[in-house]
Amino acid sequence: MLLGKVFTKPDKWKVFFKRYIDEVYKLGYDSIAIVFTISIFIGAVISIQTQKNITSPFIPSYTIGMLTRETILLEFSSTIMALILAGKVGSSISSEIGTMRVTEQIDALEIMGVNSANFLILPKITALVTFIPVLVVISMVTGLVGGYLVGVFTDMFSPAKYIYGLQAYFQEFYIWYSIIKSLFFAFIISTVASFYGYSVKGGATEVGKASTDAVVVSSVSILLLDVLLTKILL
Amino acid sequence: MIEVRNIIKSFEGKEILHDISTTFYAGKTNLIIGQSGSGKTVLMKSIVGLLRPDSGEILYDGRDFLKYNQHELKDLRAEIGMLFQGSALFDSMTVLENVMFPLLMFTKQSLAERKKRAEFCLERVNLKGADNLLPAELSGGMQKRAAIARAIALNPKYLFCDEPNSGIDPKTSLVIDKLINDITHEYNITTIINTHDMNSVMGIGENIIFLNKGHLSWAGTKDDIFDSKDDAFNEFVFASDMMKEVKMYINNTK
Repeated sequence: MLLGKVFTKPDKWKVFFKRYIDEVYKLGYDSIAIVFTISIFIGAVISIQTQKNITSPFIPSYTIGMLTRETILLEFSSTIMALILAGKVGSSISSEIGTMRVTEQIDALEIMGVNSANFLILPKITALVTFIPVLVVISMVTGLVGGYLVGVFTDMFSPAKYIYGLQAYFQEFYIWYSIIKSLFFAFIISTVASFYGYSVKGGATEVGKASTDAVVVSSVSILLLDVLLTKILL
Repeated sequence: MIEVRNIIKSFEGKEILHDISTTFYAGKTNLIIGQSGSGKTVLMKSIVGLLRPDSGEILYDGRDFLKYNQHELKDLRAEIGMLFQGSALFDSMTVLENVMFPLLMFTKQSLAERKKRAEFCLERVNLKGADNLLPAELSGGMQKRAAIARAIALNPKYLFCDEPNSGIDPKTSLVIDKLINDITHEYNITTIINTHDMNSVMGIGENIIFLNKGHLSWAGTKDDIFDSKDDAFNEFVFASDMMKEVKMYINNTK
């Protein structure tokens, strides 16, 4: 029912586009730093762990690059990043909308004749869904660079072999697979968080609870959807 | 003018408003008063459309908005301004942007025209110089004034004020009351104020209705208050020692 109100024609397209740009900045651009930081460290850790687990001399050392790539592309850059964004972006969305609800700002929009669900939620959904591929690609690149840097600054494996591993048996579809999954996850994060924020009744405690519930529900939904999409797409 | 006819509203089977009928006049400050839980907020939210009554009619100058479709309702809403208890200013926008917001959404005015109108409204509520401040940077009284400026930006025919004096000091309350009263007369607005502030009742109560447990128990003007024979109304109005003494003094000097 809420989505029915959200997915209607905006009252003013000009206002919608301005809000869309603002939301891209708040939800997407502001998440680049955390995506970059986490990805580079996780990429490094994956390459170290892979190197430590390869004990057989029959396994070539370029496997480190290959396995780091597969882990980053298949799961980390989409699913794990989505779980992190569910915490950062999801709680931000639900607490912002929830606070607007309890301070009657949503009522004020309704009294003015503005479709508050469409005005507040649609720019957030469109912004996150359209910007998340950028975050996924940033995560992929920085994650792989993280692994490479381990090779450069330690003598655990050769950077050249790592680069060779990144290219070995490469399947381009894995990148698309990750991006497709992330679009669904972005939709889940933004809609679930918006729903919990918009439905808040009460005060500050309820806003906090809505924020927590939004993160928990969207995280579980992401994991369930991950299984489903993996079964369908791979 | 807004006419309310036989409004009944229940929540989960419990009737909160019992067959309320009354008239709120244009160019007058109409007050809904009553104890907490008497149903005055439910009545105001029903009149303004935030709640839908179970039965009855609400006529805005003869137009029953309960029978309106979404499009007609949207047009009517452009004629309504509302001042919320907590001001409900959009906290991500500056004061000027808040006042310009209804103009942006419902007019085709240019930025310069919107700015000019918003500055006029802010000047009208004596809030010049606060244009670029965020709501969080304003005092309670200033927030109320900014909210009034936003409410009158579209030249509303109907103005609703929910507890306009809650959370502000008595002196600022008088300023807010006077401002609402002046604006009502100046623009011939049908203003409905939901309050339990006796200073407002005695100061600007040009048409007062008193709700008691969801029933319309008394109606009159501020001049009729001291002659009321309604027990529940007298208990409410003269609850404080000061008001009791005032009543005694007035009755003795009559």
